[in-house]
Amino acid sequence: MPAVSKGDGMRGLAVFISDIRNCKSKEAEIKRINKELANIRSKFKGDKALDGYSKKKYVCKLLFIFLLGHDIDFGHMEAVNLLSSNKYTEKQIGYLFISVLVNSNSELIRLINNAIKNDLSSRNPTFMCLALHCIANVGSREMAEAFASEIPRILVAGDTMDSVKQSAALCLLRLYKTSPDLVLMGEWTSRVVHLLNDQHMGVVTAAISLITCLSQKNPDEFKTCVSLAVSRLSRIVSSASTDLQDYTYYFVPAPWLSCKLLRLLQCYPPPEDGAVKGRLVECLETILNKAQEPPKSKKVQHSNAKNAILFEAISLIIHYDSEPNLLVRACNQLGQFLQHRETNLRYLALESMCTLASSEFSHEAVKTHIETVINALKTERDVSVRQRAADLLYAMCDRSNAKQIVAEMLSYLETADYSIREEMVLKVAILAEKYAVDYSWYVDTILNLIRIAGDYVSEEVWYRVIQIVINRDDVQGYAAKTVFEALQAPACHENMVKVGGYILGEFGNLIAGDPRSSPLVQFNLLHSKFHLCSVPTRALLLSAYIKFINLFPETKATIQEVLRCDSQIRNSDVELQQRAVEYLKLSSIASTDVLATVLEEMPPFPERESSILAKLKKKKGPGAVSVTELEDSKREGGELNGGGDRGQDTATMAASNASTPSPSADLLGIRSTAPLGAAPASAGSLLVDVFSEAGPTAPSAAVNDDGFLRDLEQPTETSDSLLVEGSGDLEFVCKNNGVLFENQLLQIGIKSEYRQNLGRMYLFYGNKTSVQFASFTTTVSCPGELQSQLNVQTKPVEPLVEGGAQIQQVLNIECLTDFSDAPLLNIKFRYGGALQNLTLKLPVTINKFFQPTEMTSHDFFQRWKQLSQPQQEAQKIFKANNSMDTEVLKAKLLGLGTALLDNVDPNPENYVCAGVIQTKSQQVGCLLRLEPNAQAQVQHTDSPERVSHNYSSIPNFLHYLSPYSVNI
Amino acid sequence: MQFMLLFSRQGKLRLQKWYVPLSDKERKKISRDLVQTILARKPKMCSFLEWRDLKIVYKRYASLYFCCAVEDQDNELITLEIIHRYVELLDKYFGSVCELDIIFNFEKAYFILDEFLLGGEAQETSKKNVLKAIEQADLLQEVRIFLYHQIHLL
Repeated sequence: MPAVSKGDGMRGLAVFISDIRNCKSKEAEIKRINKELANIRSKFKGDKALDGYSKKKYVCKLLFIFLLGHDIDFGHMEAVNLLSSNKYTEKQIGYLFISVLVNSNSELIRLINNAIKNDLSSRNPTFMCLALHCIANVGSREMAEAFASEIPRILVAGDTMDSVKQSAALCLLRLYKTSPDLVLMGEWTSRVVHLLNDQHMGVVTAAISLITCLSQKNPDEFKTCVSLAVSRLSRIVSSASTDLQDYTYYFVPAPWLSCKLLRLLQCYPPPEDGAVKGRLVECLETILNKAQEPPKSKKVQHSNAKNAILFEAISLIIHYDSEPNLLVRACNQLGQFLQHRETNLRYLALESMCTLASSEFSHEAVKTHIETVINALKTERDVSVRQRAADLLYAMCDRSNAKQIVAEMLSYLETADYSIREEMVLKVAILAEKYAVDYSWYVDTILNLIRIAGDYVSEEVWYRVIQIVINRDDVQGYAAKTVFEALQAPACHENMVKVGGYILGEFGNLIAGDPRSSPLVQFNLLHSKFHLCSVPTRALLLSAYIKFINLFPETKATIQEVLRCDSQIRNSDVELQQRAVEYLKLSSIASTDVLATVLEEMPPFPERESSILAKLKKKKGPGAVSVTELEDSKREGGELNGGGDRGQDTATMAASNASTPSPSADLLGIRSTAPLGAAPASAGSLLVDVFSEAGPTAPSAAVNDDGFLRDLEQPTETSDSLLVEGSGDLEFVCKNNGVLFENQLLQIGIKSEYRQNLGRMYLFYGNKTSVQFASFTTTVSCPGELQSQLNVQTKPVEPLVEGGAQIQQVLNIECLTDFSDAPLLNIKFRYGGALQNLTLKLPVTINKFFQPTEMTSHDFFQRWKQLSQPQQEAQKIFKANNSMDTEVLKAKLLGLGTALLDNVDPNPENYVCAGVIQTKSQQVGCLLRLEPNAQAQVQHTDSPERVSHNYSSIPNFLHYLSPYSVNI
Repeated sequence: MQFMLLFSRQGKLRLQKWYVPLSDKERKKISRDLVQTILARKPKMCSFLEWRDLKIVYKRYASLYFCCAVEDQDNELITLEIIHRYVELLDKYFGSVCELDIIFNFEKAYFILDEFLLGGEAQETSKKNVLKAIEQADLLQEVRIFLYHQIHLL
């Protein structure tokens, strides 16, 4: 029990908590809780009305029980009752209960929202804050629906108290994160940006989180924040430590705000305005300078706050990647931290340097720290720090230091923590391949990997070494010799047997001249491992044996003997039995010629991206995906081509990264159970398309010798951040439903309907693969001025799309005024390890808002004549490619949304249409005439519009119409 | 910030604040696994770790661990100081705070946190202003807290 108490508080609650703490067992605790629950239930149900204090006490007890981890299924109503109490503490407990035990009962939600509404309009700042905290804590869609429009108003109102503004800003942020479609931008947005100038530092601190989040989504609308942020930052950085009073933290002025300002600036490119940029560079320099000054306090809080700003500044410098001087200074600063006595700083320096390593300006500077980083890998006591060191070594690796880094990583692997071994193996394999100048080094490295950490060598890794050996004839003899030697070890890893079996089966002849590795010696060596291996490896060895019969006729009898024995030919495993039977038959009936054809050396593999890279990315998991990786390969791309056409190369690399066919695709296109095809009777099957796994890749036979990491597959539609012109760009002008986009992974269907100036569009995203899409997000944006012309709202979609599944998204569209651009739909998801990013134009065109209008011939021509000013008329003459079919033309014109008027034009060959374009701000009448000239295959279109101001849209839709008509 | 957890050396949760929507079951699983991971770490180790897809920042004060999960782009060091500022606020409010203060006055610990962080972001970093808000609220009603003798966090 408490020794001292102020007042008598909720003594009952304190007693209850003490009781629980004194319980000796879980059972006793549950018993005590059940007793209490029964007591509370009877109080709530009892005849006697409870006073506010008792209600508060019991609700608080329920909360405590819930937080202990027990279920609570009552008390919500009592908590809601507390919300309308005018005693602050009762209200406060009520709100706390509601925030922690969110309930989806709609009646309750209505009551809660009512109470919140009352408090928001109470003008009592403490009550308003409580209500805002509750909305921010719950953040449900229902609350967003009820309050998303009210909160911006509170936030920017002139008479709102500072503390309320702070709560309102973060409350709005939470709602924007959960229901972005309900938080509508409006005139409040510009006023929010100006909160960066607010006198009250607390208001700025709260507002900047909101502004940062909004800027990420709507960078154009918020770009004025850049100069405001720079001037605010500059004032803080140059202020003396006492200027900001209570916002100074351990002699560091406003560290939280400074970090947030620097983070906000990372949403934008470097400022274009020279003065602003100069001021910012000055700030960054000051921050770097301060790092060299002696500390103002010995407290760790002082150095943490100061360094937090420093690291954030370095992130910004790296983000800009344009100031060589600052980049190098940042690198030197991090270099100092690499040897700091604080583990935290060493960790962060390693992490931050990883991103610096990918900048061309600082890559060399980072490399100078190689010894320190290697030392960290060897001596750090915390595995998470060692992991960072390994990451950095990987990032700083290039041709000049690859041998050293790979050697260090290999030797570290011998003692590395189990948790990071697999990743280390992948990294070593990638580096060895990427920077191999002589391939004997590569082969040695991979065999060492198998020797040291065989269990962690995944199939991708050993497939890859085989692929490379097969493609490079200069290394085949060396590879054969090396695996032969490696297999001499009495206990060698099964992966070594796999590689050995495959390579000797292909290239054993290259070392057969040496009597120490004569064919029979090779065979006996392999076969001595046979019985220790798993079924897939044995299957592979059997294939190697039949290849031996072809390579070395003198081994035929011995091998046939082996195949013929019961343990092979009657093996209980179907795959092994079948191979033994078929290989035996093949070897006895086929002529030497047939045998030689069937068992010919494997043809070279088409060059493509290493699937090891894909595997590494996948391993890093969704979310943590590696900018470094991409950056890395960009740099690599440049290097491989001797810095040739860098831009193009970068694009290729990005594309190849994004289009990894399937992270699980076998390198050799074989599942381990069926290495050389299961039906050797047919000559074709041994040469089976080993790439069948990779799908319709139609590999080109070209071999790119220096770029063997490069993907020579066809460029795919899913390349990174490529703007894909939706196939529907024109197709959808005259129709509302269909397939908007389709590639190998994804199909997007579209259905839309329009009424007046409103439209609703259904998008159907279909996963065509059998693999789940993760982190699936879609964003609809209206670029540039379209933002003020068209209002598009969506609800977020589920982040996971299962293989074969389809999800739906609804877009509500409102046409505010006429427009000419199309909204963009950006889709991002992870397929396997690779991030897929694609942007499509949504087929929303001005003609969708046409309302057909019927009129008589007289009316039509009277109006036609009135529309005589040049800006009211647009005419286009274009050639039709195909014959002009009346019905098709009519369908197109109707599809356009206008009314097709019969018996209006004196010339029956002509088509005459009328319609009114409905926008929120105005209605635009529009008349159209299409005059086909059958002989010349030419059509005229005239389209005067009735309302004179603002005519930009009409020629535009004609533009849509015309190319299409050409196709008729 | 995605969530903040306070737990004892014995692994008992003392406070949990979630800023992202998660089911009750997910919350329980995350807290159980994370508490185990952190308790298994040795004292002088780094305060940051990658855990699943999250970046974890934690620090121990006397018998209590304070642990935050933050977004990938969030600053680790400043998060560490968020934790420290929260401990300072508790310390100032309770007057040399100890674990028992937080157990018996858990609701106050939540209220103070709400004044300091909202929706996972710093709302008010001035110690004076946060305490003023809390004390103002206390003034509206009878002040009722219990004080305890135990090892202080600071």
